[in-house]
Amino acid sequence: MQLFVFIVAGAMVLGGAVGVVLRTHPVHAALSLVLTLFGIAVLFIAQDAQFLAAVEVIVYAGAIVVLFLFVIMLLGIDRAEDLHVEPFKIQRPAALVIGVGLVSLLGIAVIASREHPVPTVTPSQAVTDALADPHNGNIRALARDVFSDHVLAFELTSALLVIAVVATVILARKPRKGETYIVSGSAQ
Amino acid sequence: MGALLAADTLHGPKVDWFALTPLIILLGGAMVLLLVAALTPAWPKRAYALFTVAVGSAAAVMSFILWDRINHQGAKTLVGDAMWLDKPGVWIAITVCIGVVMAALLTDDYLRREGIDGPELYVLYLLAALGAIVMASANDLIVLFLGLEILSLALYVMAASHRKRADSQESGLKYFILGGFSSAFLLYGIALIYGSSGSTNLGKIESYFRLNPILDHSKETLALAGVALLIVGLAFKVAAVPFHFWSPDVYEGAPTPVTAFMASVGKAAAFAAMLRVLLQGLPHWAQDYRPAIWTIAVLTLVGGSVMAVVQTNVKRMLAFSSISHAGYLLVGVEAAAHNAGNGLSSTGVSSVLMYLLVYTVLVGGTFAVVTAVGRTGDGATDLAGFRGLGRSKPALALGMTVLLLAQAGVPLTSGFVAKFGVIGDAVRVHSYAIAIIAMVSAVIAAFLYLRIMISMWIAEPEAGDDAREAVRVPALLCVAITLSVGFTLAIGFFPDWLIHAAP
Repeated sequence: MQLFVFIVAGAMVLGGAVGVVLRTHPVHAALSLVLTLFGIAVLFIAQDAQFLAAVEVIVYAGAIVVLFLFVIMLLGIDRAEDLHVEPFKIQRPAALVIGVGLVSLLGIAVIASREHPVPTVTPSQAVTDALADPHNGNIRALARDVFSDHVLAFELTSALLVIAVVATVILARKPRKGETYIVSGSAQ
Repeated sequence: MGALLAADTLHGPKVDWFALTPLIILLGGAMVLLLVAALTPAWPKRAYALFTVAVGSAAAVMSFILWDRINHQGAKTLVGDAMWLDKPGVWIAITVCIGVVMAALLTDDYLRREGIDGPELYVLYLLAALGAIVMASANDLIVLFLGLEILSLALYVMAASHRKRADSQESGLKYFILGGFSSAFLLYGIALIYGSSGSTNLGKIESYFRLNPILDHSKETLALAGVALLIVGLAFKVAAVPFHFWSPDVYEGAPTPVTAFMASVGKAAAFAAMLRVLLQGLPHWAQDYRPAIWTIAVLTLVGGSVMAVVQTNVKRMLAFSSISHAGYLLVGVEAAAHNAGNGLSSTGVSSVLMYLLVYTVLVGGTFAVVTAVGRTGDGATDLAGFRGLGRSKPALALGMTVLLLAQAGVPLTSGFVAKFGVIGDAVRVHSYAIAIIAMVSAVIAAFLYLRIMISMWIAEPEAGDDAREAVRVPALLCVAITLSVGFTLAIGFFPDWLIHAAP
């Protein structure tokens, strides 16, 4: 069963990822990303991380992909980039080298870990408790952590949101009529 | 079900609200300013700036009261171990409040001159100050990171806030991209430290490494990589060589009052955070990170002074000067790393904290003069803009001269006291080489300050000088410069009380 779920979800993830790269229509590419994210959510559930799965769907598939689609629509879906023009000449060879390097490193890591098992990382007390809790204390432990140990951090994020609002007001404001724009010599 | 719920009732950590008052005042002030200014027509001249000055001063006063309380009751942690209420933290809080007041005084006339008046920048000052204080008092790496992001995000926006200048937008974008990059380094470092020690709390990290002095190989690698990435992230924030590339461009492009804020508050918070992380969280690794700090300090000292010499724009010069100041501060950090086991009471910490306070006042005054000389458009900040200032505005030029001498570390100014402090501590822990390098680079850096002085007092007037817009020194700017020069000289002549006060 586990293997079956893994294979299906893995196929979803890979299929989606290939789709993001290969689909020429930007909306289709963005929708392929949703497939990948759903696959990852399924993998999370298989690992007993229900909360992460829910967040993955709500935040990534829900909010972020919608934002992508929004931007694509705003820019116009018909606009196509000419892929034959390379802004930086070295980009594609570099991408190839880095991609191959990353895949081979990951491969080596997987092979090496079969021979030398990786030592486990000490989880914090909250994680240990959550795993020991038969009533699936995963989400509960997370809530406890956020509202007790990390309550200050949690509250501080509100200041970040305020800054985001002010930033939008400042940066997205349209210039008034007759406002001149100063372009001096570019900073050296 | 009822029993289950009752057993599950969450008991949040006890909150000592009084100890949080400086933060609450800053946040509340920002909210009030934002809401009220959004609902009312434009406030009268200077009202936004004076409101910000009042909020900053109120937070500073509360910090003084807390300082007194620590004297009686000792230091403690707040909100479930997430933050410290201790003297270094409160000292930086006061420093940050001074930075806010100075920046608000500089900003007032600047915004009207540039035709972009509004409350937004002041709101960002107050919020950034909140982030800076959180960062400086954090006892948890997550809280520290959030403080850093609050401060940095506000700074990115501030740097880009001059909508009419392409340079300002460019500097905001550059700062944003590079800053995001460095935050990622820091976050990765935090994750690795968490992976090796099992906690993000500085106290718990420290005790874990103290109680498990012999780690297995993989954990040690993890921890060392974490330490290295944390140092990279923090070194970027303080603009230490070789992580300084953003700073000259950003300093030059950002609106001058924002540059003052960036140089003072940003640096103070980042150094306080660095001391917390290295001395309170990771003293176990002091032997490993001390050579790294030593190298970065030397590169910063020499690089900052040497690169400053070839600049022609005063804001860029001051950016490199701020880099070399970061070098002196790192000398203090290196000295503290020699006896890191003592946490924040190590030799070197108090002189770093004193340096930060002195530098905040100094840089506020210096950039106040640059704000005035920049003239409408904020563009006349090259050396030519300062030409003849000694004739047209002798008082302003005199003030600038005092501030520049202080930055160079000439005796009888606060800059000398600050530099003497860190170099003295380096000698005290027998770190002679770095002390000598610091003194030599002070001599090289003096050249840069002399160039600005020569341009003000000695340079021959050139054709077209008379056609330039006259330099205006509005009231609040005048207040800022006077306070800064007064403090600089007062500390220069009577340094004892400040040295004794420093934690």
